[in-house]
This record gives sequence, C-alpha cells and structure tokens, in this order.
Amino acid sequence: MTTVTAKRRSREDRGPLASIALHGTLILAVGVALFPVVWLVLTSLKPRDGWLSAELRLFSDSSLDNYARVLGETQFPLWLLNSALVAALTTVLGVFLAATTGYAVSRFRFPGLRSVMWLLLVTQMFPVAVLIVPLYNLMAALGLLNQIPGLVIAYMTIAVPFCAWMMKSYFDTVPRELDQAAMVDGLTPFGAFWRVILPLARPGIAVTAFYCFMTAWGEVGYATIFMSQEDKRTLGVGLQQFVGQHWSDWGLMTASAVLIAIPAGAVFLVVQRHLITGLTAGATKS
Amino acid sequence: MALSTGRAAGTASDPAAGGDARGRRHRGERGRLRGSLHRHWYAWAMVTPVLVVMAVLIGWPLARGVYLSLTDATEANIGRTIGVNVIPSSYEFVGLDNYLEILTSDVFWDKLLWTVVWTVVCVGFHYGIGLGLAMMLNRELRFRSLYRVLLILPWAVPAFVAAFVWRYLYNSDYGVINGMLRAVGLSGVGWLDDPTTAKLAVIAVNVWIGVPFMMIAVLGGLQSIPKELYEAAEVDGATPWQRFAQITLPGLRQVSSTVILLGTIWTFNMFPIIFLVTRGGPGSETEILVTYAFREAFTGVRDYSGSAAWGVIILGLLVVLALAYRRTLRRQGEIW
Repeated sequence: MTTVTAKRRSREDRGPLASIALHGTLILAVGVALFPVVWLVLTSLKPRDGWLSAELRLFSDSSLDNYARVLGETQFPLWLLNSALVAALTTVLGVFLAATTGYAVSRFRFPGLRSVMWLLLVTQMFPVAVLIVPLYNLMAALGLLNQIPGLVIAYMTIAVPFCAWMMKSYFDTVPRELDQAAMVDGLTPFGAFWRVILPLARPGIAVTAFYCFMTAWGEVGYATIFMSQEDKRTLGVGLQQFVGQHWSDWGLMTASAVLIAIPAGAVFLVVQRHLITGLTAGATKS
Repeated sequence: MALSTGRAAGTASDPAAGGDARGRRHRGERGRLRGSLHRHWYAWAMVTPVLVVMAVLIGWPLARGVYLSLTDATEANIGRTIGVNVIPSSYEFVGLDNYLEILTSDVFWDKLLWTVVWTVVCVGFHYGIGLGLAMMLNRELRFRSLYRVLLILPWAVPAFVAAFVWRYLYNSDYGVINGMLRAVGLSGVGWLDDPTTAKLAVIAVNVWIGVPFMMIAVLGGLQSIPKELYEAAEVDGATPWQRFAQITLPGLRQVSSTVILLGTIWTFNMFPIIFLVTRGGPGSETEILVTYAFREAFTGVRDYSGSAAWGVIILGLLVVLALAYRRTLRRQGEIW
C-alpha cells in the first residue's frame, strides 16, 4: 500500500512500524531464498554419514570428508570435465553461428524476416519430447551416442535459436546510425557488422554466451538419454547416481552440488545486472 | 521510378548482360527476384548458417517425429543393426490412431489438467511474489543492493542442483523440513510420497527458482516509470491504492506481459524440476506433459510413435502460446 509513497518520501518519513514491516518481509524473503543453499553447504560439511540426521552441530564436527570422497572416489571430476567440455563447445558454436543471424534480423528488413523470427521463437520452446526420439535414432545411426559431439549437436537445437534471439535484442540496442556511418565510409554490410557492431556488442555476446553455457550446463533430458555410458556422463546425469533408487549418499550429493554451484553462482552474480536486459529488451526500453 | 527503370532493364537485357547490371546496382534492377536478391543477399547470407543448422537438426528430426507419430513404431519393430545382422523396420503406417488414442485417454487429460494447474499456479506465484519484492526493492531502503543480490541467489543455482537440494530437504527421514516438524512435536510428512504434497512440493521448488527472474524484470519496469507521475497523482490526492492501480500497473504492462508469457512457456516446459525432484512420482501423479512424453519414449519397450505423438500435441499447445507471445511483441512495436 505505502509502496509508491516511498518514491517521494525519504527513509526518515517512513514510520518505524512500516520500516520494521518492510525489512521484516525482506529478511523473511531472503531467508527463504537462502535457506536451501545454506543448508546444502552445511550438510556438505558434515562428516561422512552426517546427512543421516537433520540435526545441526555446527563447528563441532565439520569436515571436508565429503569433498575428499567426491573428488577422489567417484567419477565426479570426469563428469565435471564432460559437462564443461559440452557446455563450452555448445556456447562457442551457438554464439558463433547465431551472431550473424541476430544482426541480420535486427537490422535488415528483408523478405523472409517474419518467418525467420517466427522460426526462432517457436524452436526456442520446442519441448525435449518432440525431438528426442528422432535425434536419438539419428545419433545412433551416426554412432554419436555416448559421444560428446553428439550431445553438443543435440544442444545446438536449443542453443542456436536462443542465442540468435538474445543477440538480436542486443543489436537492437546498438544505434543504427553507427552501421550507416560505417557503410557511408565504405564498409560493406559484413564489414560494418564485423568491425563496428560486433566489438560494440561484446557485453551482449558475453551475456548470451553465459546464458547459453548455463543452459547446456544444466540440461538433463538429452544428456540422460544420450550419455548412458558411465564415463561419458555429464553432471546432471552423473549426480542422479548418488541418490539412486536403491542407494543414496546425500553426503556425496551435497558436496558435489556445492562444487558445481559455486563457480556458476560467482559468475552469475557478476553478470546478473545484464542478464535480464537481453530477454526483455523490447519491453523495458520504452 | 525505381520500379519502372528496373522493368526496363529487365526486359532490355539478357543473362549475358549480368555483369553490366551488377555494375549499375544502384540505378537499375533486373526483375523483382533479381532485385531483391541484390538488395537482400547479405541479409540472407547472414541468416543462412542458422537456417541450415535448424533445418538439419530441428527440421529433419521434426519431420521424422511427425512421421513416426503416424506409425506404430516401437523399439521392438524399428530397424536396427545388431552386430552384423541388419534387422529391417517392420512398423506400419497407422494414420491418426496414436493421436486418437492419446486424446481419448484419461491419462492425457489428467496430465494436461495438472500441467495447466502447475503452470498457472507457478507463474501466478512467480509474478505475485516477484512484483511484491520488486516494489519493496524499488523504495529507498537501507541495504537495498544487499537484499537484491541475496534475493537473486536462487537464480544462480543451476536447476538440476536446486532440484537435488530440494529433494534432500523433502526427504522424509533425513530432510530438514521434517526435522523441523519433529522438533516442534509434529510428525513428519512423506512429502514426495503423497500425490497432493508431492504436487505442492514441486510447485514450491519451481516458485523458489523462478521468483528472482520476475523480481528483477519487474524491478527494471518499475524503474522506468517516471517519478513525476507519482508526484502529480499525489498532488491530485490519489490514494496509494489508486496510484498503484492507475500508474504502477499500467506502467508495468509491457514488461509484465512479456515476462508472464516467457514464464508460462518456461514453466510449461520445466523438465528438470519434476524429472529430478519427484521423478514424476508417486506413480505418475506429478508428471507434466513434457516429462510424461519423455518417460513414455524411454522406459520399458520404448514407444517411439506414441511419444512422438505426445510431442506433436505438446508442440501444438506451445505454438498457441507462441502466437500469444508474438501478439504481445507486436503490440510493443516489433515489426515482424
């Protein structure tokens, strides 16, 4: 209710009660947002079978036992490597292929523009279920099952339309006058794209790449089916092992979850300011 | 004028004069196709790589998927090679049987209903909570950026990691939620064992994951509403509620429609949460359409045709959503 008033009033004008309510709500929300993450970290620091109780004995018996086991006794490092490789390849290929398309649909009004945009939009939301069987058969026929390139190819179906879409939003924010000026100065449309616009869109490319990386990093469906062989698994598939139907070890699970989430989270917090703009650029510009 | 010279050039010259026509690219154009090729070839060239990739990786499998959905192909009768023996395919074309079977089955309507409930409830909470938090964060506030960063954190956790974490929290024996219940003297709940609580549980997980995105998007929208509007309204004596309903909500309309539609599509397709938190269980109670079709394809004797038909139906539903999305974009001035 009082939310909008605060736009004019300064902090001092707000009643102490309103202040308490406001901070109280936010602290509650932060609590809910953080709790699972905090609990994850705390559990991972328990000794070997510590996860078997919901009790928390902070500092009394924390150990890095789970981490040692994850890194030393399981195939986690291998899965991590697979995931990193798949995600990196997907990102590089996806961004590389999509950059020119993003530029073209952002700048040129050419016959077929509508269909291209429409295609990009629809393919972005393709459910795994439609493509997975034909892709699976295709991969099987080409001998690409359990091969990293095979999974990368499958991820292209997600990454390429998505990247093109994101890049378009960024190119939209780069003033058109720049390419016009570049072309007046004698550059071809390709030259203008390559030498003027692409360098300017570097932050956009970085964010697109990051998004793309995260998508591939967190994908489970394709990976579960395509990478069944133990040493080819990616993280999302491998981790399912730790908490299988007959045997589960949440100690391993939590420790590996922390190891996965920390680098992802760190990068995320650095780029988060830019993340939203790509997706809603058209809407928030106004 | 350009058109008439183009026509003249087109009739006057033959293919041998192509080089000549290229030389005069800015004055004359040779026929409509030639001319548009001239004007747009770089745009088309730039789009080509993506189109090729999509045609090969999406177009072909899609066409094949649609074809499979019209047959009775399963793992047992599809062509394959075992060692040196090549077993030919023995599945047959059955027309729309698969679709009829799905659309007349209870399981489809059950799953559709639950998918709709799942999507609407999740997006409703995402947006409601996101809007509330964004409005709080939009005020002058001590620790504002700290709150902001902390509230975004769930977004930074990869979805499959979040799914596993929550599954541990829900664990009936060792999970902290039951631990807390027991600590206050209540008995634990088998969160993922009962259909109702399992559904609540997966919704809670998805809400937890999805709120930060909405919050940040709405916050961006709020910040773009000119402050003078609020000042003018206040001078005119508008109540806080009136200001919210007459300024804030209309000011947010563009952002809201975009993020709600995106959220709807994402939630509809949200695979990892359900696949990893409940594994669709108990039974297949929490299975949404996408996870159900996936499981259909890859458990037991793999039913390729049936799952392809599911996929095509799901795709149809998504295309409807996409049409809605395009309409919103159009209204915001996109030209395509």
